Amino acid sequence: MERIPILRMGNFLLVTIQVDMHDQLALTLQDDLSERINATSARGVLLDISALDMVDSFIGRMIGTISGLSRIMDAHTVLVGMQPAVAITLVELGMNLPGVLTALDVERGMKLLRDRVASE
Amino acid sequence: MSNLQAGTISAISNDQAGILGEWRSILDASSASRGVSPLELAQQTEEFLRLVIAGAADGTATGGVAGANWAEARAFLERLSRSRALLGFDSQHTASFIFSLKRPLFARVQAAYKDGDAALADQLWAVSELIDSLGMHTIQTFQKTREEVIKRQQEELLELSTPVVKLWEGVLALPMIGTLDSQRTQVVMESLLQRIVDTGSEIAIIDITGVPTVDTLVAQHLLKTVTAIRLMGADCIISGVRPQIAQTIVHLGLDLAGIVTKANLADALKLALQRSGLTVTRAV
Repeated sequence: MERIPILRMGNFLLVTIQVDMHDQLALTLQDDLSERINATSARGVLLDISALDMVDSFIGRMIGTISGLSRIMDAHTVLVGMQPAVAITLVELGMNLPGVLTALDVERGMKLLRDRVASE
Repeated sequence: MSNLQAGTISAISNDQAGILGEWRSILDASSASRGVSPLELAQQTEEFLRLVIAGAADGTATGGVAGANWAEARAFLERLSRSRALLGFDSQHTASFIFSLKRPLFARVQAAYKDGDAALADQLWAVSELIDSLGMHTIQTFQKTREEVIKRQQEELLELSTPVVKLWEGVLALPMIGTLDSQRTQVVMESLLQRIVDTGSEIAIIDITGVPTVDTLVAQHLLKTVTAIRLMGADCIISGVRPQIAQTIVHLGLDLAGIVTKANLADALKLALQRSGLTVTRAV
C-alpha cells in the first residue's frame, strides 16, 4: 500500500508530501504520524507541502487534524511551502487553519520549530 | 425584402464611375471620412460599390444582407468599421460612409424608371432597405470593436494597478489604488502570493491609502488576503488606514482582530525592519 514516509530528524519528524493526496492516503498518514509521535516522543512535526498543487476540503481538514493531534501529544506542527493557489483555495473554502504554524520553506520552518521548543 | 430588379442593377453598374464621384464628393462635404487618406477612401468606396453590385446581382440567395451572397460585403464592412473604430471615429461618421451612398444610387434608380411610378417606388424602397441594413451591420460591428477595446483597457488597468514592490530584503509592499472588488482582490492576491514565493519574503505590507472606501465586502477581501499570506508562512501588515476609514471600520463593527494595522507605510516598514532584526540609525 502507498504510504507517505515520515523521517526522523533529532526530536522532530519530517513529512514531505510529494504525491497527489487522496483521502485514504491522508487517513493513513494521520494514523502513521500519531503512532510515530508516540513512539519517538517527538517535539515537533514539519509538514512540507511545497509539491502539493491541489487541495480539497478533506485535505485541508486533515492538516488541521494533524496539527491538533500533535498538539495534544505535545508536539508543534509547522506547515511549510504552501503554494499560492493552495492558499487561495483554502481561504475560499473558509479553512483558515487557526493555530497551525506556517513558514515559507523548510529551513525557516525548522528554525521556527527549534525556537518554539527552546522557548518552552 | 423586395429584391433589386435587373434593370436597377444594370443602371447602377453601368455608371459606377459617376456614382463613385458623387459619393466621394458627398463624403468630402460631410467630412465623414476626415483622417482617411483620399487614396484609401477611393479604394474603399470602389471596393464597396463593387461588392454591393456583386451581392445584388447574385439574387439566388434569400434572407437579405444576412445571406451568403453578401458575405464578402459584410466582411468588408466589418474590416472597415473595425479600422474606423481603432482610428477613433465615432459611430455617426462610420455610418455616414454607407448612408451617403444612398443619394447617388437613388438618382440612378430614378433615371432608370422614369415612366413606372410603382416600379420606381418599389426599387427605391429596395435600395433604401439594402443600404439601411448594410449600415446597421456596420454600426453593430463598430460597437462590438469599441466594446472589445474597452474590455482590453479594463484588463490592462487591472494588471497595471496592482504592482508588488520590494521595499527591503524580505519585505514586499503592495500599494493599492482604487476600489477593491472581488476580481481585483483575486488578481492582487495571486500576484502578491506569487511574489512571496519567488522572493522568499517573510513580510508583506498592503497599503490601502489609495482605497477610497472600506465596506464589509472590502474588509472581507482584505481578511482573505491576510489569511492566505499567513497560510503561506509569511506575515502581513496593513498600512495607510486613514481616519475616515478607521471610523467606518469601527462603525461597521468589522473585526480586524489578528491583523496588524498601521497608520502609514513608514510605520509599517519600521515594524517590518524591527521584526527582521534590523535597525535604522542616523549616520552622524
